[in-house]
Amino acid sequence: MKLIGGYTEEMRESIEKVEKTRAERMKKSFEAMSMDEREEVLNKYHPDYKPDKKRSVRVGPNKGDIAPHEVVDLLEAYPLIDEKDIDLKTIDYDVDLLIIGGGGAGTVAALWANENGISAEKMLMVTKLRHGDANSMMAQGGIQAADREEDSPALHYLDVIGGGHFANKPELVEALVKDAPFILKWHEELGVQYDRNPDGSYVERAGGGTSRFRLHSAKDYTGMEIMRVLRDEFRNREIPVLEFSPAIELLKDDEGNVAGAVLFNMETEQYYVVRSKATVLATGGFGRLHIQGFPTTNHYGATADGLVMAYRAGAKLRDLDTVQYHPTGAAYPEQIVGLLITEKVRGMGAQPVNRDGELFVFPMEPRDVEAAALIRECYGRNKGIETPTGMRGIWLDSPMIEEISGEGSIEKDLDAMYRMYKRFGIDMTKDPILVFPTLHYQNGGVEIDVNAQTSVPGLFAGGEVEGGVHGKNRLMGNSLLDFNVFGRRAGISAAKWVKKRGKPKKLSLKHVSLYESELKKAKIKPEKRSPMLLPDYRGEKALARMLDLF
Amino acid sequence: MSENKEKMITVYIMGKAYEVPFGLTIMKAMEYAGYRFIRGSGCRAGFCGACATVYRNKGEYKFQTALACQATAEDGMYLAQLPFVPANRKEYDIAMINPEKNVLSEYYPEINRCVSCNTCTKSCPQELDVMYYIQAAIRGDYGEVSKLSFDCIQCGLCAARCPAEITHYHVAQLARRIYGKYHLQIPEHLLKRIEDIDAGKFDNEIGKLKKMGMKELKEEYTSRTIEKIQRGEVTQ
Ligand SMILES: Cc1cc2nc3c(=O)[nH]c(=O)nc-3n(C[C@H](O)[C@H](O)[C@H](O)COP(=O)(O)OP(=O)(O)OC[C@H]3O[C@@H](n4cnc5c(N)ncnc54)[C@H](O)[C@@H]3O)c2cc1C
Ligand code: FES
Repeated sequence: MKLIGGYTEEMRESIEKVEKTRAERMKKSFEAMSMDEREEVLNKYHPDYKPDKKRSVRVGPNKGDIAPHEVVDLLEAYPLIDEKDIDLKTIDYDVDLLIIGGGGAGTVAALWANENGISAEKMLMVTKLRHGDANSMMAQGGIQAADREEDSPALHYLDVIGGGHFANKPELVEALVKDAPFILKWHEELGVQYDRNPDGSYVERAGGGTSRFRLHSAKDYTGMEIMRVLRDEFRNREIPVLEFSPAIELLKDDEGNVAGAVLFNMETEQYYVVRSKATVLATGGFGRLHIQGFPTTNHYGATADGLVMAYRAGAKLRDLDTVQYHPTGAAYPEQIVGLLITEKVRGMGAQPVNRDGELFVFPMEPRDVEAAALIRECYGRNKGIETPTGMRGIWLDSPMIEEISGEGSIEKDLDAMYRMYKRFGIDMTKDPILVFPTLHYQNGGVEIDVNAQTSVPGLFAGGEVEGGVHGKNRLMGNSLLDFNVFGRRAGISAAKWVKKRGKPKKLSLKHVSLYESELKKAKIKPEKRSPMLLPDYRGEKALARMLDLF
Repeated sequence: MSENKEKMITVYIMGKAYEVPFGLTIMKAMEYAGYRFIRGSGCRAGFCGACATVYRNKGEYKFQTALACQATAEDGMYLAQLPFVPANRKEYDIAMINPEKNVLSEYYPEINRCVSCNTCTKSCPQELDVMYYIQAAIRGDYGEVSKLSFDCIQCGLCAARCPAEITHYHVAQLARRIYGKYHLQIPEHLLKRIEDIDAGKFDNEIGKLKKMGMKELKEEYTSRTIEKIQRGEVTQ
């Protein structure tokens, strides 16, 4: 197959049309949808609005609540370990504070617990991959904070709660927006570099569903810049971390408090027992469940382990019925399908256009609406562009950015995007790029209060694993903020909790066995096991001849 | 289905030949062949540096580097992943650093052993000017190191290849933090806002929103004014 500048001849024909309409489109904009129009496109085209793709959970604290099949499958799966096989008398790590998950939330929690009197040697962070291999490292667009005069935390509040379909927990939203400027100052003091205007003020941009420019970025490596500074600071404080050793089950003491975890060293396949006075859950989201078969933007370890473990320990979950699909994932070339094309590309002026070069939607609708409109264009109106593998996508007219902000602005502000496309032979400063919605974010999760305390004593949670902050839909730039605000609160609360407690007595996995008997009672067959830990992408041909011999 | 999909190529994973379809990343090609990653796969999108890979193409003398998640597997590639790069990293207290001095040379004196061979730059999968930022580090130019190293994903390939045994990415991390903390001023508008929040300036307004009934809150939301998106010249 012949490729010209990375695209097939058929795609080139469509690109010519996009180029022809560009000048005209530059002058025009598209009317934003009314509430009724939004409703209609969501109902008909958004994957979340398909009732047959979800079901209710049959056991546990959220019995009767609806969630996607893929999530319910894991909640209703059987544990990986049996109480009988684990020796809880031999404790491998005895600490005051256990932090599960080495992404943003976990790292922030560790730093603030340390700040609040828990010394490094009394802490342990455990994580599934390497410290920092996490969604936090991948965030491109930016972080929200209402710090301009034209803006206010109250407006931020309104945006968050409206974006979340008014289902958010108000006190969590209040904490989020009021802590935001403080978090940026803390980052500054640690040496995080946010983009500046020549006068020293922050460059702030619009995001879908925000009423003010309040998105702060570090080029399109915002998450990486924050995460690597936080990790560097964590290393300076010599806080111990165990990599490739995910938690596979929480432990409880005889009073029902969470009191540690069982870990699994994925490389040596042995388990470890951790006893801790307090535990922070910071395991992130669930993109790798590939809900409804969607590709995902998430890192390799985003498999909902935290939800599963917390649920078995009796924690209440919430808002798991909705899932965030990002409107613009890469749809071509095949190598990068599903990877994120940051919203900033539209924020800087690139319009979504169809096969015939027509603009068909306001580019900055909230994420769910924008995603549904793209799906409608491809499958409702058949105006998508087909790729050689049969996938459909919509053009994102990136060369517009250079026309609006001047030559070189893509390389300057969208470096990661430019580089990624260049690697696969596409120059996004000259040609548009092809996009389609991709599975992006876990809107709900383990319920917390303003102190990041879950409904189970001794267990705190921060970041994507918790729910309530964003209601039914998260706005861009609020989850980097979330992991900082609630990671910090989790660390501080855990430190306070630790000071009041002695060492937990009698570790137990009884709650896991009880959960298992509930599953049996509900006549759920032991077909699946969880937590999932990692997805399996091995080729079918290889798997067909796999033997489990030693 | 395209012709691309059907075309098979041979890659040599740690020396063993496997037939895989053309058009996959190195990472996906290894998975297709039957490997299930524990190490060597993190973000799968070019942001975390977990998948540093070295390879030689059959019949070529050149030793090359790539990110397995961001490079297409080619016919005749002999490849291996680096599971870990041992690296020298200095601990420090960012609050106690004297930014007037060249801390980089003090903490990482080995940077002065740089022989300007440019191997680091050639091995960087992000195509950064690694050698230039090491030169800037020797001069103590924090701003220049920051600028040139900003897109570093800390995969470690530069450090693994350097004949002078420099750990470039840790030097750069230190430089960026110093520059961020000591050379960039915290914007006034941020400090002012924090003061106002601490003084409770927004508590009433937020308190009111928190107490509002659903209907009223929805009205408040839909009637809020929306700042114009100047860049794209679109208004909502
Ligand atoms: C591509 C991309 C772009 C994004 N862009 C933005 C943006 O511009 N702005 C914004 O605000 N948000 C953005 N987000 C969302 C945001 O990055 C995440 O929601 C946030 O960083 C989550 O932080 P976290 O610490 O909760 O989870 P993570 O950073 O994912 O960390 C969770 C960690 O826990 C580990 N873990 C998982 N299971 C276990 C276990 N069983 N035991 C031990 N460890 C475990 C994981 O491997 C991981 O290291 C983006 C997300 C993605 C994927
Ligand atoms: S897996 Fe993160 S850079 Fe390749």
